[in-house]
Amino acid sequence: MMRGAAAAAEAFARRHRLRWWEALPWIAALAAFFVFPTYLSFGTQLLVTVLFALSLDLVLGYAGIVTLGHAAFFGAGAYTVGMLAAHAGWNEPLSGLAAAAAVAATIGFLSGLVLLRTHGLTLLMLTLCTMALLEQAANMGAAWTGGFDGIPGLKFQKILGLFEFDVLYFRTQYLYALAVLFACFVLVRTLVYSSFGQSLTGVRENVLRMHAVGAPVRTRLVVAYTISAALAGVAGGLFAQATGFVNLAVLGLDRSAGVMIMLILGGYGRLYGAFVGAVAFLLLEHVLAKAYPTAWQLGVGVLLVLVALYARNGILGLAEPLARRFAARRGGV
Amino acid sequence: MKRAALGCSLALAAALAAGAAQAQTVRIGVVLTYTGVGAELAQQIDRGMQLFMKLNPDAFAPCKVEIIRRDDKNPGGADAKTAAQELITQDKVDIITGVIYSSNAIAMEPVITAAKKPFLIMNAGTAWITNLSPVIARVSFSMWHAGYAMGEALVKNLKAKTAVIGYTDYPPGKDSLLAFKTAFEKAGGKVLDEIPMGGPGQVPDFTPFLQRAKDRKPDVFFVFVPSGDHAVALVKTYNALGMRQAGIRLVGPGDITPDHKLQQMGDDAIGLITMHHYNADLDNPVNKRFVEAWRKEWGPTSTPDFMAVQGYDGMAAIAHAARANKCKLDADNFIAALRGWKFDSPRGPIMIDPATRDIVMNEYLSEVVKVGGRLVQKTLAVTPAVKDMCKELKVDRCGK
Repeated sequence: MMRGAAAAAEAFARRHRLRWWEALPWIAALAAFFVFPTYLSFGTQLLVTVLFALSLDLVLGYAGIVTLGHAAFFGAGAYTVGMLAAHAGWNEPLSGLAAAAAVAATIGFLSGLVLLRTHGLTLLMLTLCTMALLEQAANMGAAWTGGFDGIPGLKFQKILGLFEFDVLYFRTQYLYALAVLFACFVLVRTLVYSSFGQSLTGVRENVLRMHAVGAPVRTRLVVAYTISAALAGVAGGLFAQATGFVNLAVLGLDRSAGVMIMLILGGYGRLYGAFVGAVAFLLLEHVLAKAYPTAWQLGVGVLLVLVALYARNGILGLAEPLARRFAARRGGV
Repeated sequence: MKRAALGCSLALAAALAAGAAQAQTVRIGVVLTYTGVGAELAQQIDRGMQLFMKLNPDAFAPCKVEIIRRDDKNPGGADAKTAAQELITQDKVDIITGVIYSSNAIAMEPVITAAKKPFLIMNAGTAWITNLSPVIARVSFSMWHAGYAMGEALVKNLKAKTAVIGYTDYPPGKDSLLAFKTAFEKAGGKVLDEIPMGGPGQVPDFTPFLQRAKDRKPDVFFVFVPSGDHAVALVKTYNALGMRQAGIRLVGPGDITPDHKLQQMGDDAIGLITMHHYNADLDNPVNKRFVEAWRKEWGPTSTPDFMAVQGYDGMAAIAHAARANKCKLDADNFIAALRGWKFDSPRGPIMIDPATRDIVMNEYLSEVVKVGGRLVQKTLAVTPAVKDMCKELKVDRCGK
């Protein structure tokens, strides 16, 4: 018993340390740049989706806030970048992303103050409503947002004044998205292993006990929601810059639900679930859709059914028992 | 020196030979919404394209044709853009065509322009799309074609004085509204009310909107709703509210009487008046042959609609440009070949406007009547050679 507790304490103390395999996603992303030079439009979409899923993981996976309205922040970021570029001539990319983060964070903070008083299905419905309100606002303000057709032909300055956006091959956009994703990932990783992140997990697991030990539960949740909104806003801003347009689809339920499916597929609350889920889902979809343009949904459907039946904790959840067994065998020798 | 020149000319000859060998095949990248809400529309266009190839096997001769299909999945734009990018960089297509949704065409345009490939639009109807880039030509329509012609014809042919407009609240609806209103008021009519009737995503309960229209007692109620289930529900509600008995005629672009849904609308549809560039009952020899071949190919109960004809005409346009340019297409020579191109389509004579690269075609004023137990669209009047009036009148973005 004592030994078990000591081992657990040690594992807890070590869990934030970098492990060798954590370099793999980044090596793979860089390798893809050289190996698949004509796939970088898709690759950029993939990286943007990973960042979006990562932002959702912070609230859904760590803080346990179930939301179907996360595209509200993605859309807010995308429209911020798009409208600043189209109407105000503000087309410097990095400051555009900062503005996107600020606007999305503001919306996240204000809506979070109200929404996070509720939980469960009520919360789910309210997040959905927030997104629907923004979507309708974007549709009605067509003079500014371009409505359903959106704002076409956005142009941006060179990144850091050096790297020009690559309209045809998306090389610059891919590396740019990768760099932004890396920076955001470092932030999220630091956050979830901090005492703040630990308290979020506490709220998720047992909210009564967190109240009992005197933790400021609602403040923590609102802060987490705001940070997550800011990251989703960055993802949205990145989307608008990389693709050069923004339209109503950035705010849709399809996007919210899609990213949630990918996160659950990969495994939520695991930091790397966003990577595994988005890559597995989008890659399969892309390859199948290319080979069978009219019937690819069947293949994606089968994958989701299989995961729902046999891998309740997502793809990463499948790998965990194997890793534990492997670690136990090494420890036993 | 001499040897160098010889080497040079040999290399040149080899390059030319290689060029000629490559030029044999025209690679056509087709981007359509093959899955989800757009699947039914994509199928019409795709079958129209196939039917052209079947009926005109030598149209491309001596060029060979390779068609590469990609699904753009939704109107979001991102997938369409990636599809266009990969068709150009991986499949090395010579031309991109298809595209149901305007938002997708808008998203794809920068990639296609950067690659200097031609872009032939087979549906996407937002009027100003063709102004985005000189590589774009369109064989479908803009919402202004039918909307504007309808506004004129109602005053001229049906002696209507007042109208209420109901529209689905998204770009085609708003375009249709503006086009109709501009022409109707110019011809001396008066618009009493404009009623937004929900979004394109789901079919709303039309009762409150139609009741409001009925209360204004107009001569005609002009509507734009997406072709398909919206149209079926609208016509049902129109009859349920007794608007027909109240003397209010339901009119609109042909989207409210889609050919493949017409029979299922039943007697409710009798008396509907539409303006459109095509219906399957058009009385001309090319259309008769087209519809007959369609039924033979896709079943006796299947009916082509305007999308199918757009796919058919699109392939005809590509075939013309491919032959004119000896199987070697680029944006410049494709557009040059299409400027002023004339074709005898199932929808009647069509032409690509040399100035705007958009289509010029007839608009048919039709009424739904019952002949021998079947509903058919009877042509009342023809407005010949209609241009996209949005660009003619330089309205908003169309003027840029």
